[in-house]
Formats: sequence, C-alpha cells, structure tokens
Amino acid sequence: MEGVTLSEAEQRYYCDLFSYCDTESTKKVASNGRVLELFRAAQLPNDVVMQIMELCGATRLGYFGRSQFYIALKLVAVAQSGLPLRVESLNTVKDLPLPRFVVSKNEQESRHTALYSSDAENPASYSGVIPPPPPGRIQGKKGSVSHDAVQQRTSTDQQESTSPIVSPQQSPPTSPHTWRKHNRHPSGGNNERPLAGPGPFWAPFSEVQPGSSTSSDPIWSGHSPPPHQENWVSFADTPPTSALLAMHPASVQDQTTVRTVASATTANEIRRQSSSYDDPWKITDEQRQYYVNQFKTIQPDLNGFIPGSAAKEFFTKSKLPILELSHIWELSDFDKDGALTLDEFCAAFHLVVARKNGYDLPEKLPESLMPKLIDLEDSTVGEQTGEVGYSGSPAEAPPSKSPSMPSLNQTWPELNQSSEQWETFSERSSSSQTLTQFDSNIAPADPDTAIVHPVPIRMTPSKIHMQEMELKRTGSDHANPTSPLLVKPSDLPEENKMGSSVKFTSGNTVTDGYSSSDSYTSDPEQIGNAVTRQRSHSGTSPDNTAPPPPPPRPHASHSRSSSLDMNRSFSVTPGQQQAGVVAYPPAVPPRPQPSQGAGPHVHRSVDADGLIAHTSTSPQQIPEQPNFADFSQFEAFAVSGVNKEEEDEIETHPEVLQVEKPSDSASSLRVAKADGRVEDKAPANVPSSAGKGTTPLAPPPKPIRRRLKSEDELRPEAEEHTQKTGVIAAVLASQPSIPRSVGKDKKAIQASIRRNKETNTVLARLNSELQQQLKDVLEERISLEVQLEQLRPFSHL
Amino acid sequence: PSQCDLLCSQNYPLYIRSVPTENELKFHYTVHTSLDVVDEKISAMGKALVDQRELYLGLLYPTEDYKVYGYVTNSKVKFVMVVDSSNTALRDNEIRSMFRKLHNSYTDIMCNPFYNPGDRIHSRAFDTMVNSMMMQVC
Repeated sequence: MEGVTLSEAEQRYYCDLFSYCDTESTKKVASNGRVLELFRAAQLPNDVVMQIMELCGATRLGYFGRSQFYIALKLVAVAQSGLPLRVESLNTVKDLPLPRFVVSKNEQESRHTALYSSDAENPASYSGVIPPPPPGRIQGKKGSVSHDAVQQRTSTDQQESTSPIVSPQQSPPTSPHTWRKHNRHPSGGNNERPLAGPGPFWAPFSEVQPGSSTSSDPIWSGHSPPPHQENWVSFADTPPTSALLAMHPASVQDQTTVRTVASATTANEIRRQSSSYDDPWKITDEQRQYYVNQFKTIQPDLNGFIPGSAAKEFFTKSKLPILELSHIWELSDFDKDGALTLDEFCAAFHLVVARKNGYDLPEKLPESLMPKLIDLEDSTVGEQTGEVGYSGSPAEAPPSKSPSMPSLNQTWPELNQSSEQWETFSERSSSSQTLTQFDSNIAPADPDTAIVHPVPIRMTPSKIHMQEMELKRTGSDHANPTSPLLVKPSDLPEENKMGSSVKFTSGNTVTDGYSSSDSYTSDPEQIGNAVTRQRSHSGTSPDNTAPPPPPPRPHASHSRSSSLDMNRSFSVTPGQQQAGVVAYPPAVPPRPQPSQGAGPHVHRSVDADGLIAHTSTSPQQIPEQPNFADFSQFEAFAVSGVNKEEEDEIETHPEVLQVEKPSDSASSLRVAKADGRVEDKAPANVPSSAGKGTTPLAPPPKPIRRRLKSEDELRPEAEEHTQKTGVIAAVLASQPSIPRSVGKDKKAIQASIRRNKETNTVLARLNSELQQQLKDVLEERISLEVQLEQLRPFSHL
Repeated sequence: PSQCDLLCSQNYPLYIRSVPTENELKFHYTVHTSLDVVDEKISAMGKALVDQRELYLGLLYPTEDYKVYGYVTNSKVKFVMVVDSSNTALRDNEIRSMFRKLHNSYTDIMCNPFYNPGDRIHSRAFDTMVNSMMMQVC
C-alpha cells in the first residue's frame, strides 16, 4: 500500500473519521462496521466501495488499518469527485475535496472539520449532560462558520441532528420515517456545500443516526465538543422524553412529538414513557423510575437478581427479535452471571426501548448504561465528564473507549459491580472459600475439646513429677504401674528427698502429695485431677494444687529426710493408700534410721527436728497439703521410725547423720504410720537398739515420743548421734504404743504401714550405703596397716 | 489464514469463522475430517475430557500445511482451530490460551437466556473476541 499524502485538512478530517470508526479504540483498526457505514454514507455505488476497499488493501488484510482507512477515504473522495479509482490517483490528484459522507455522523464530522478549519473556538467544554446553551453553541458554530452554506448547514444540521440519529443502514423501525424527511433537508444543503479544502463539509446528512450519535460521540470526545453538543442538542430533541425536551431548545419539538408518538405506537405500553434514550444512552430519572418499577414486578428486592429465564420472558414481550434480545442481554449482563441486577436490568430495558424506537444497538454497552457501582470516571478513558455513568454525550466519548475495550467492560463492571453485586461475587467465589475455611476452623476446635491430655509440661523435675502424678491420677489412684510411687502418694514426698531417682519419685510423691491433696477434694475424679494436674503442669500455673515447689527435694540436706514427704504421704495415705499402700515406694524415705547411731532419742529429736524443719518448710511450701495437719503425728512417728532405723544402722554414725534427714522424714512418716510401724519397729528397735547398745532404747516410747515431739521442735541437730539414737529409741519405744496415731484407725494404720515401708526402703538404702562406707574404711585401714608393716621392718632395722 | 470452528456435541457447527474468507470450504473440510480424531481422543481418555491440543501434522498434505488443534469441553462441545503451518510463531501455549478464551466466551454466551444451546452463535461479543484472536494469529 503506497503511502498517502494528505493535506492538513485532510489529515485532520481523516483522523477524525478514523477515530469515529475506531470503535474499539485500538487506534489501529477501524471497525469494519463503521467503515462500511461510512462508505455507504458516501453514497457511492457498492461496487465502487468494494473497489475502494480492495485498493486500500483492507480486503486483503481483513480489517482497516489506519493507513488503509486513509487511503480508502481518499479514494472515496476521488470517487466522489468522479475521478477513476486508481491507486495512482491517490497521490496525483491534487485538491481533492474531502470525501463526503451522507451520514449524519459525517456531517458532524464535517462540522467538526469545519470547526477545525474555522477555529477551535468552541472549546471542548463538554458537559456531560446536555448543556443548556446548545442553541448558543450552535449559534456560535454558526458564527464560526464562514460559509453561508455552513450556516445553512448548521440550521439544517440542527434540524437534521434533531432527528433521531440512526445509522443509515439500519432502517429504524417506526419513527424513522419522520427522520427521513429530515434527511431531505440536508441533502438540499449539501449541494451548496463548497468542496474545497478545509471548508466544512456539510455533507447532507441523513439525520437518522441514532446509532451514529452514539458512535459519533466517541469521535467528538476528543475533538469537537461543540458539534457534539449540537448533536446532543439535536439528539436531545429527538428523544421525546420530557427531560430531553426540557434540555433542548430546538425547533425540533415536532420531531420529538413525532418521536414520542412513534415510540408510543411502537412500544408496548411499558415503554411508552421511556422511549428513546437521550443523549446517547442516558437514562432519565423518569425512565429509571419506570425501569425500577418494572424490576420490582419481577423481583421485589431491588438488590436482588432477576434470573435469566424471567428476564427472557419479560423482554420477549417487547417483541424484539431474539437475536437482538440476545445482543441486548450480552450488553447488559455485565458480570455474565446469567442474572440481571437492577442496573443491568435498567440498561437492558433502556436498550430495548431504544431499539424499539429505532436506535441501533451499540456494539458495546454505553457508559451511561453501565451498572455503576464504581465511579466510572476513573476508567482508563479520559472521560471528560468524569461523571459516573449516566452522563450524556461525554459518556459517549468514553463509551467509544470503554465499550471498545471489551476487557475494560468486563473488568470494569466487575469492579463497578463489586459493591453492588457482592452476592454474585460471593456466590461465585467466596462460598467455596468460606466452606473450606469453615472446615479448617472446625478441625482445630475438635482437637481441643478432644484433647484432655497430653499437656506439654515443662520438663522441670517438679513438673515431671507432676506429670507423673497426673498420669498416675488419670490412671488410677493407686495402681499406677508407672511408678510404685503412685501407689502411695506418700512415697512421693519421700522420694523427693532421695537421690535423683529418689527425687524423681519423691517428686512424684510430692506431686502425689499435691495431687493427693487435690485428689482429696476430688478423689473420685481422677481425671479431673489429672486435668487439673495437667493444668498445673502445663501452664506452670501455680494456681493448681501443686505448684510444685518440691519442698522435700530442694533441701539437699534433707535429701533423705523427706520427712515432709513422709508426712505427707502418711497423711495422704489414709485416704488413698488402701490398695498398694504397703508398697512403700522404693523411694527411700528419709531414712531416719541411719542416723540412729547416736542417742536415738536425741537423734531422733534431731531427726525429728530435721523432719520438723523439713516438714515445716514443706508445709509452708505446700500449704495445701493436708499432711501438715498430721505432721505432728508424723513427727512423732517419724521419730519413732527414725529411732528404729537408727538403731539398725547405728554403726554408721556419720552416715546416720546423713541419714538423719531422710530418716527424719522417715521418722516423721513413721510417726504417722505409727500404728503399723509401731509393732514392727518396736521389736526392730529394740533389738537394734540392743545391738547398738544404745541405752536410750529403753525409755518408754510414749514419753520419749512425746518428748521427741517437743524436742523435735526444740532440739537442734547438734547432737545428732545421741539424738538419733535417742530418737530411734524413742521411736522404737513409741512405736509400740503409738497412742496418738491410733486415732486414725484404719487410715492411720494404713498410712503408717505405708510409711513404715517407705522407711524400710530408705533405711535399707542407707544401710547399703553405710556398708559401702564401712568397706572403704576397712580398706583404708588395711592399706594403712600394710604401710605400717612395711615401715616397721625399717624401724626394726 | 486460519479458521476457528465451534462444533457442538452432535458435531454440527455452531460457529465458524475464517480469516481470510477464502479457502473456507477447504477449512470446513479439514475441520470435519479432524472430528474423527477428536472423537477418537475423547473416547480414549475417559477422564481427561479436555484435550487442548490435537496436532494434525499427520494430515499435512504436501500442498497443504496446516495444523489443526482441537479442544473439547466437558459438555462435548468441540473447538477446532486450523492454522497455517507457516505460522511458526504460534506456540502451544498460545493455542491453549486461545482455546481458553474461546471457552470463556462460549460460557458467556451460554449465560445468555436468549441463547438456546444448539443454535448458531450470533453473539457480537463473541465475534469480536474471535476476530481479535484471529488477527493475532494471522
């Protein structure tokens, strides 16, 4: 395709025409439809048109590019001027008049060009709505135009333009005939048109171009507000709506009336009042109200949808061909959901009305009809109005672009409609999401409720113990296979005092003690305990019963003398121990007996003291322990127990001391157990004491015990040995009697039994330790003797 | 030169669009012959109903070189696209995207209550979309 040289006027004119035809705003391709319309408007024979198209290369390409379009226009001009169509003629023919198009839109364009040529005085003060001073505008235009013809034109144009604008090829339904007659007018005017150059080409336009009005608008947007407004004016005239009438000054009343009549006749009653659209596709309030009422008849909820089927029925009543209805639907159903919202419905209705009145359906939904949920002005198109939707002509400008951009149409409405059509969106997209979310939400909930158990507990020893306690709890009160400790809560406290393992157990015992205390309250509810236990465990929540300051344990000194534990266990045992009570946890309770060496009584007292001290501390630490209440008993018992134990292991005094502490606790425990122990211990004590040769054994238990008790609280641990022995003795002595603990009856007995057992274990361990120490000492002695002997010979020498 | 064809489940065309308009008959013929292959593929894969590509290189006559792509929706609506082999710039992804667009437009049409399934498609929006698509190809 050879290049085309255009004069300036031609350039502008062609550019305008191209923009006009460029319905999709591609800036590159002119819509075939428009181009064809244009060419037809050129009033050239069809074959000429085909020839032109071929020449310009559009047929080859299948579309009109800008260059093709320009060439085509030039060829049109050539043809119109009677010159043979040749490619060469494109550039050879000089002074070619601008192509004339008989379409009103062209008229507008030519007007436009005229304006261009004349002046750009009419600023594009495009107000979206029909501007009040259209007449003034027109006048202005007239003034701007120098040609008489132009003036004449304008008047004719005005007249013409007043008529409804329908693209020529589309024979409008009824009312068009009224337009036709206006067509004639322009034709007359055309003849006078000067042909030269930039002169305005007021080709006689058949005014009928309702469609063109819409289409022309886009063109105008950029260029000629005035002509556009003229159009507006005219357009406004034609639509017989009252609003339009009000707006429009013109002489077109008759046309409007005609129009109204026509429309009234054509449309079914429903459409009567709405009839045409205004400026391109503006919906007046009246119309809108009418539409809304109609909407309500189908769907009472204004925020709801009209399903496709109902809409189909409704619009079928308009007796428009299905094809057109389908097209209307496509235009108006913005979000393509198969249902019409209020806005969509109004747009569709409006389109139907327009179509009924002969207006051509636009290719794209006019902006004024777009469901506006969002400010349309922020569309990419440079809306001159900036008004949302319903703006008139300016709306057309954007429509050229917005409609032309299908994607924009699609996305926009989605955006625009988002607010109004949340339902759609939500229906479409979010439902599934919500569902899934729900599912996910549900899941976590269940586990929480389901899970009662595995409380993450801090792995502090106390906690561990607590855990164990809990586990034990949950498992069973006593029969907790996890640890024998469990069996006897009393064990726990004792164990606390023992070594690490002991500690562990003691922890358990402690916890048990705690738990026991807890469980006391809710004994039957093991699980509850466990839960509470757990709580305490997990959360480091000291609130719960066992803020596990493992009282027994911390006192290293009192490692053995988990008197407190013993006490506790003793106290606890009554209630719980029934079953495996006897199984004193291996936890070596405070082996009081180790300390037996010295005066049992004293020792005892010491132990007792220790116990007491220990227990005192423990009680403080574990206030909730009911054991403390029995502490006194424990003490006494422990003393007795201690005494007994001490006697057993009296040989190892030093160790006894060590043992004192545990033994204290043990003794304390024993005290509690007094009942059960007494008998055991008494004989044990006696022999042991005898073995030990401690004199104090003899003293009557009772007095001793009592004394121990008092002494426990009073005596220091200074005289460990003696005390121990004394204690032991006292314990032993007291054991048989154990008058005090008798009060507990069975519980006490059982508790005492438990304690005794614990004490036994503790003592046993102590015994073993002492044995070991003995061995060591013996070895040392042997080694020393050997050395001595080695030295002796020398000495001898 | 290419053609876009939309056929319904009964294999009669719902929509045909060619660019340019000549050789349309040949394209029609090509499309119909390709239907056999489409059916074969449909029956072959039970579950995967969407076959986004069906390359008919095998059918290339010495004189003709074109590629036929097929696409089937879940409702057995077939899209057939014939493109010139000289269009080497066309990649599989592009074809797929084109089919996707076609499918979307088709669903939009279906949403129109005035459209009866089985009718020829006269939707202007659809036309526009197809045109723009074809122009890209050519």
